[in-house]
Amino acid sequence: MAPSDHRRPYKRPAISDQQRRRDHSLLRQAQNRLDAQQRARCLASSILSLENPETDSVPDLDSTTGQEQSEVPPKEFDVRQASKLRGVEARRWFARQLMLPEWMIDVPDRLSRDWYVFARPAGKRCFVVSSNGATVSRLRNGSILHRFPSALPSGSRSRDASGTSQSYSIMDCIFHEPDQTYYVIDILCWRGYSLYDCSAEFRFFWLNSKLAESGACGPPSQYHRYRFSLIPVYNCDHNGLSAAYMGAVPYVKDGLLFYNKEAKYQTGNTPLALVWKDENCSQYVIDTDNQGNIPIQQQEHKISIDCLSKERDKMRSIYLPNSDILSLYIWNANRMKWVVLELQDDGKLNTSDDPPVAFGCLDSDFVHKSGLHSGNLLRFSIGDNGLSFMEERLDKADLCYIGKSNRARAFADSYSKIVFQHMVRHSPLKMDDFLSSITSSDDQENQLNDIEMTG
Amino acid sequence: MLESSFLACNKMTFEVTQILLSAQSPDARIRTEAEICLRQFQEQNLPGFLVSLSFELSNNEKPIETRRLAGIILKNSLDAKDGARKNLLIQQWMGIDTVVKSQIKDLLLRTLASSAPEAWHTSAQVIAKVASVEIPQKQWPELIGKLLNNMSQRDHPASMKQATLETLGFVCEEISHQDLEQDEVNTVLTAVVQGMNLAEHSPEIRLAATKALYNALDFAQTNFENEMERNYIMKVVCETAMSKEVEIRQAAFECLVSIASTYYDLLGPYMQTLFELTSNVVRADEEAVALQALEFWSSICDEELELQDFESSEAGESGSSHSHFIEKALSALVPMLLETLLKQQEDQDQDDTIWNLSMAGGTCLGLVARTVGDAVLPLVMPFVEENIRKPDWHCREAATYAFGSVLEGPSVEKLSPLVSAGLDFLLNLMKDENSHVRDTTAWTLGRIFELLDVITSENLQKVVIVLLESIRDAPHIAEKVCGAIYYLAQEFEDAGNNSLLSPYLTEMFSSLLATADRTDSFNSKLRISAYETINEVVRSSNLSESSLIISQLLPVIMNKLQQTLDLQIISSDEREKQSDVQASLCGVLQVIIQKLGSADETRPAIVQFSDQIMMTFLSVFACHNSTVHEEAMLAVGALAYATGPGFLKYMTEFSKYLQMGLQNFEEYQVCSITVGVVGDICRALDDKILPFCDGIMELLLKDLHSNVLHRSVKPAIFSCFGDIALAIGDQFEKYIQHALPVMQQATEVCAQIDISDEEMMEYGYQLKRSIFESYSGILQGFKDTKSELMVPYASHLLQFIELVCNDKQRDESVTKAAVAVMGDLADALGSNMKLLFRDRVFYIDFLGECLQSDDEQLKETATWTQGMIGRIMVS
Repeated sequence: MAPSDHRRPYKRPAISDQQRRRDHSLLRQAQNRLDAQQRARCLASSILSLENPETDSVPDLDSTTGQEQSEVPPKEFDVRQASKLRGVEARRWFARQLMLPEWMIDVPDRLSRDWYVFARPAGKRCFVVSSNGATVSRLRNGSILHRFPSALPSGSRSRDASGTSQSYSIMDCIFHEPDQTYYVIDILCWRGYSLYDCSAEFRFFWLNSKLAESGACGPPSQYHRYRFSLIPVYNCDHNGLSAAYMGAVPYVKDGLLFYNKEAKYQTGNTPLALVWKDENCSQYVIDTDNQGNIPIQQQEHKISIDCLSKERDKMRSIYLPNSDILSLYIWNANRMKWVVLELQDDGKLNTSDDPPVAFGCLDSDFVHKSGLHSGNLLRFSIGDNGLSFMEERLDKADLCYIGKSNRARAFADSYSKIVFQHMVRHSPLKMDDFLSSITSSDDQENQLNDIEMTG
Repeated sequence: MLESSFLACNKMTFEVTQILLSAQSPDARIRTEAEICLRQFQEQNLPGFLVSLSFELSNNEKPIETRRLAGIILKNSLDAKDGARKNLLIQQWMGIDTVVKSQIKDLLLRTLASSAPEAWHTSAQVIAKVASVEIPQKQWPELIGKLLNNMSQRDHPASMKQATLETLGFVCEEISHQDLEQDEVNTVLTAVVQGMNLAEHSPEIRLAATKALYNALDFAQTNFENEMERNYIMKVVCETAMSKEVEIRQAAFECLVSIASTYYDLLGPYMQTLFELTSNVVRADEEAVALQALEFWSSICDEELELQDFESSEAGESGSSHSHFIEKALSALVPMLLETLLKQQEDQDQDDTIWNLSMAGGTCLGLVARTVGDAVLPLVMPFVEENIRKPDWHCREAATYAFGSVLEGPSVEKLSPLVSAGLDFLLNLMKDENSHVRDTTAWTLGRIFELLDVITSENLQKVVIVLLESIRDAPHIAEKVCGAIYYLAQEFEDAGNNSLLSPYLTEMFSSLLATADRTDSFNSKLRISAYETINEVVRSSNLSESSLIISQLLPVIMNKLQQTLDLQIISSDEREKQSDVQASLCGVLQVIIQKLGSADETRPAIVQFSDQIMMTFLSVFACHNSTVHEEAMLAVGALAYATGPGFLKYMTEFSKYLQMGLQNFEEYQVCSITVGVVGDICRALDDKILPFCDGIMELLLKDLHSNVLHRSVKPAIFSCFGDIALAIGDQFEKYIQHALPVMQQATEVCAQIDISDEEMMEYGYQLKRSIFESYSGILQGFKDTKSELMVPYASHLLQFIELVCNDKQRDESVTKAAVAVMGDLADALGSNMKLLFRDRVFYIDFLGECLQSDDEQLKETATWTQGMIGRIMVS
């Protein structure tokens, strides 16, 4: 009974996809298990170090932490590290953690496809950290705005403490005074899950699905002092743009924010988030035209007084907002044409961008005489010659020194902001420009598609 | 007693004949009655039944058809395909009185002298079955002697020698060579080889002897090592290979094939002769013989490839046993193989049962290329160039097949320029007028994409255009085109530039879907290939660029699956087809869900359809077919991961299928996958899984205690304990008293695993890793509230970790799990662990080892563990 059939596989592609499917599943499950266990371990170590940020106990056992504190803060937000910082250091550290939109000085390509738009609430940009049974909001300069109980995860002591009491959540908000509401414009961390590396598209999705679930959008109560609220975010197409620009919202609008869908949460200035304003969507312009007063700002000022240092020049602070995006004094371009720049060792006057843009230079005698030091933030008015551009780059700036900037300011102005201001006065970017850019880019995309199809 | 049983049997004989005749009646009613009667007899009096059948078989006066049937029933009373039944039959046989068994065996041997071939032929098979039971137990020591005695008796009929040789062959096939003493082997071989002697014996005897030798070759180790004996055997085999009877030549070549693999290292002196012998046969002999001659060379390749694998993996000196026969014969061997390629048959591509000279020759050429590498190319390429343009399709097909066959083995540096230069030509050949040429070209393109990396952004477009046109060709060609697309996608995935494929995805999917829907294919292979190719294209696509297209594919596949559920099923064929299609579609859904579920950005595309998806899966589960269950279960796991806590609403409905899966001992793959899905659900639901845990834990524990369930499922179950514990935290308390003892038992199994067996060693790693994962989950789950519950188990666990650490061979995945669980012990139990760690300083070296690893993840975990232990040691 010899097996005479010595057949071998012939011209057969050896696909065994079922085994591949099994293997892929097993791989995914193994990875998910590892992640889950690592998460459990990671939260474990946060218990060690995530003490109440304001207590003076030294919570950490790891002796190397001291060195890390003095180093440049890590790119990734690490609330455990930050919670160990105190006073000025803490403020400086927290101040660097927000994503700062550039001012829109030209219309990005593929606006309708790649970008979101939403109406920015007027108010104080801050971020809100809930952890360990408390919620703290900090202004952009790092000072505390509110400390309060909230329905955010681990945001109050009354919440069910099962398992997640030690996790933390961080949100990027604007506190809107008139209705005492935190409008959440972005989410950085939820129950310890970092969203920094997620695209804006996903962060907004996450925000929408998680915030309401937590109960934070509910009305204030004993354990939830301030209401949180979501903002309608639109695709930046014709309809979306119109809705954001014209649509009714329960808050006072202050310009439009544009977010690139793919952009990760990047601290500091980023061209992937943009701010734009005109008279129609920013109340400040209208309200401040004749009186020279900025009513909303005065409200901000009241808050500012509570949280800024006592030596502060109170009179001036009336005009100085805390939030970089607002910087309303300069927004009101016709009256307050000044910019804030940072003095360097060599006398150069730089913007806050990375890398910075130099707008001019002070001679060393003047620096010495005026008692200025490198790192000072200085105010300048823009002279009659204004800014001149060559091939879309800044060529000359006519600046007149006014004096030191308020101490509450943490940063110089950004290049885009200064240029935006310049444009507002000379050739402002208008809503029509967006709409026409959307229409033309749609045409272009159609053309591209045609090419792909026939190619 | 002997007499009485004889009496009983004599009395039964008549009846058996009649019943056996009735059992073959064309009248179904009579047949059934006879079968019932036989079964009753067998159940009531097995010894009497078997003796009666033996009498029937041996009695020359009985009708031939009852004798044959008696033999078959005897054989089936000793052997069955099903392992459990076979064991039962063997037990029954062994339980029969020795005297009765002897009587049966004598009758069987006596039958070999019968002049009726059907009778002795059947008897030879029965003897072999009895031998397979009794020889290993030394209960039939006289068998070989009695058989050999038959060979030396002059007064027996000639057919008895033939019957005896056949019996010897069957017996050798049934038993292991350890079961015979060397002197028995010697006498058997002597008898068999003598039986092959041309001068003395009839063709029938020589054929039986040659076939017997084939089965006896395994026993001849000692004889082959003796040069004189070996020379003699080889001389006889080679002479027999030139017999004038085709069947005998074929049988002799089958012996040579077997010798090629069994005695490769002793073949050197004979290779010149064997080469001449085989090449004459390949060129001129009947196909059946020529196929064996080609197989001889394929077997030599197999041996040399295995030696090369072994050498390269052991990185040793060039193996002394590697004789480089292929390399030495190459310049003559390759031309001989190329000639065979021109001997195609019409329509060979459409019939899976065909195996001819050109197929065997091309297959052998592929093995030669793998064996010698670059050296094959200068011999093959001129043939390719010469033939690929010829008007005769045989030439074009042979050239393409030759080219496709040598794509594996030679270096990429040598192949890439050839393939790049020939690619356009091949693409044109996809439009050849002859379907064989197109079929082979499609296969060759698939091999190119599988084995080489020649597709660039420049030539991709024309490749895709050709493939998507050719996928509409005849089904057997379309199937190979699917394979080509499969490997094309894989190539781009592996090369990390999958976005090049993005512009073509829509068209690829629609072509593949249309292919899956074709009705002109008479079997399911094309449909399966088309769906599996969709899977690979989905898997290898660039997620950010293709998420939209893939999410559009989702409802299409969903609809198709829904349609299968709506079908009116009448016949069992339709039912089988339905479940095949469902399995394929569930597979595609699983791949889509896993793909879109893998990124936060794309997960919503799954979540929005999850209700509909889950409802369809639940309907599929109701279809009761294991393949479908397996596929649907895999898909549900991916869905649970994608939906997260949202999966809760499906649990009430789904849990019954979960339970069914966990109880599916026979189809252990289903069980194993279900265990994995429990883990997915734990991570998706967290503590919301609690209401379902009692049921799940009970079944998991039963699975662990089962002797029937395949062992490969058990590690997965331990890991699953960890998943459950991590999800439900301190609620795991009630399971501790059940789970922990089994986990501790499993650590003992680990200690006893035979590490000389590679497969068992791998299993040991899995088991260790899973036990650690299980403890990790439980410790982390209890950490905040009930960690003291684990204190009694800490010492045992630490001991086990130490044991595993002492094994320096341990797999890195085991190391990772071990260092992590050590940190979990410290993290969860805190100062309770202080004394234990102080007594077991092994951990210091172990952490040192991990911290020096190149694996960042391992280092990170080790650092964390070090911190955790450090914390309690200083406290």
